[in-house]
Amino acid sequence: MSNSIHSFASSEGKRPVAAISNRPLLELRNLSTNYISARGRRVVRAVDDVTLTINAGETLGIVGESGSGKSTLALTILRVLPPAAHIVGGQMMFEGEDLVQKSDAEMRRVRGKRIAMILQDPMASLNPLFTVGDQVAEPIRVHEGASRATAWRRAIGLLKAVRIASPETRVRQHPHEMSGGMRQRIVGAIAMSCEPRLLIADEPTTSLDLTIQAQYLNLLRELQREHGLALIFITHNLGIVAKMCDQLAVMYAGRVVESGPVSRIFNAPAHPYTEALLNSIPRMGDNRERLTAIEGQPPNLASLPPGCAFAPRCPVAFDRCRAEAPPAMDLGAGRTARCWLAVPAAAEAGLQDGAV
Amino acid sequence: MAVMEAVGLTKLFPGRRGFFGGGGGTVRAVDGVSFAIEGGQTLGVVGESGCGKTTTARLVLGLEKPTGGAIRFEGCDLQTLDAAGRRHYRKSVQAVFQDPYASLSPRMRISAIIAEPLVTNESPSAEELSRRVRQLLDLVGLPAHAADLFPHEFSGGQRQRIAIARALSLSPRLVVLDEPVSALDVSIRAQILNLLRDLQAELGLSYLFIAHDLAAVAHMSHTIVVMYLGKIVETGEAQELSRAPKHPYTQALFSAALPSHPDERRDEIILSGEVPSPLNPPSGCRFHPRCPRAMPVCGVEEPTLRDVEGHLVACHLYDMGAGGRGLGET
Repeated sequence: MSNSIHSFASSEGKRPVAAISNRPLLELRNLSTNYISARGRRVVRAVDDVTLTINAGETLGIVGESGSGKSTLALTILRVLPPAAHIVGGQMMFEGEDLVQKSDAEMRRVRGKRIAMILQDPMASLNPLFTVGDQVAEPIRVHEGASRATAWRRAIGLLKAVRIASPETRVRQHPHEMSGGMRQRIVGAIAMSCEPRLLIADEPTTSLDLTIQAQYLNLLRELQREHGLALIFITHNLGIVAKMCDQLAVMYAGRVVESGPVSRIFNAPAHPYTEALLNSIPRMGDNRERLTAIEGQPPNLASLPPGCAFAPRCPVAFDRCRAEAPPAMDLGAGRTARCWLAVPAAAEAGLQDGAV
Repeated sequence: MAVMEAVGLTKLFPGRRGFFGGGGGTVRAVDGVSFAIEGGQTLGVVGESGCGKTTTARLVLGLEKPTGGAIRFEGCDLQTLDAAGRRHYRKSVQAVFQDPYASLSPRMRISAIIAEPLVTNESPSAEELSRRVRQLLDLVGLPAHAADLFPHEFSGGQRQRIAIARALSLSPRLVVLDEPVSALDVSIRAQILNLLRDLQAELGLSYLFIAHDLAAVAHMSHTIVVMYLGKIVETGEAQELSRAPKHPYTQALFSAALPSHPDERRDEIILSGEVPSPLNPPSGCRFHPRCPRAMPVCGVEEPTLRDVEGHLVACHLYDMGAGGRGLGET
């Protein structure tokens, strides 16, 4: 364990030790997932042309409101989509292999072994009928063919690793005998059981109390350090991103509207949506009388406006935004933004085209 | 004068009995809590699950009867009110709940939802009723034609506006806001918080604001009450309390609040363990098993609220000379 667990705030402090090769661990290229109705008449583009990379040991935050496609993106990476959803394009290069092309049987060997996931509600992800030990040992037996006794011993070790007191007793108990924070740590132990390379956490602390959330986030950070794990945090909470993440992708209406290193985006957001979001959250210690609210409502994915999906709510939108969706523009330093105003040259062209 | 005052408010629930009638015991959900809500001001209540904040809200709304202590509204003890007094009280204290998808009947039109409290309490004429509904919709920033629609035709933020309009229909003096924005999308929360502040300024409302988002509570409140296992551990002026919390629990709670910027540096106090069961709370100070600064006296003697630099704090660290110095700097 490292001694710098409690001094997390700077981005240097977060740099992983274990990044080895220069190939990204996971690279999403122009990934699109659509929900298609039974007769194919209605199509909802839940994930639309998403390009993202994550390196070993790094933490990527994916932020968005409900309906922005962030959870569908997670399900797409694991290929556990509901029947109506289809991956309609793009690639997911994971350790050099394209997950989109893998068969279901091959995916079963990836899921829970090389990529694990933690969901929001621990009570829904644990089986109330089995002991905690059975559930932590299951992936070890399935993926590694370990004997019952070996898997059980490893389960006790894993409970210890997620800081559960007296693991020898706890391992024989059922989920209902534990508190919410403990259950979520059990889910963490299951996720870590086969030493995955990538862990996807979908709102992992939403159901936890504040002081328990702080414990859990620190635990995830320690596990990440020890194992050189890559972490994808899916959340609507910018505070979690500020605390935990190196990289950030902001999603709006199925598209990544801005991505890049966290501190750069917080210091100088390139997309008006990111900027508005950052300005709208109350901060400790500022005495503003009013918050800067984002007017309007989140978009309905089934009937998106042409052009940029944020244009109806955007304070700086101009004619081109309403007619033509901006592509992901490379802003250098690992940043991209889907906004005509993000690149000065593009903005000028836009201003010549139409009115302000 | 304070609109509402709670004095030594206590609510005990009988614990669940075992199969053979054993076990039992008492849950001290709210235990000797005192606070005052001033006219036109907001009292914020923070604390983790099991701290008694929801029970406090239910007591204030009259949904539970206190086991001990009293609630005084406009100077009168609720227990001693006659029928007319109770009717007046129920009209004057309204609530907005967390989930606007659960709190609005899907089978009623918006006009009926907003008018229902008026119909039951004042039975105005049809004309008067539709005029009031239009007025209320306008007040919360919804168009007049919204009156003829059903809840499913609105988004979460708009539904919460409808719930606010309903709460305001009887011109209450106090509105209990139980997590009013936590079910809403991030981009909508600021709209609703701004609306609530505008309404407070315009109508002179008092709020009892319960939320787990500390920054939002600090933003909205004039006074903050911090609760732990049914007790108030600290209370004080909102900005002051969030800037320099005194009680070790408040300090840990505020240090666990998420930063608003990645470069924000904060000394993080990670509490070990979890909130103990209120069925069997620890002796002495209820926080002492988790407290990083616990002393022998904490397990024995229960601290009382005392004035520490303008806050009321229940902690032995601030007993005369007992190492209270320097706590503010840590």
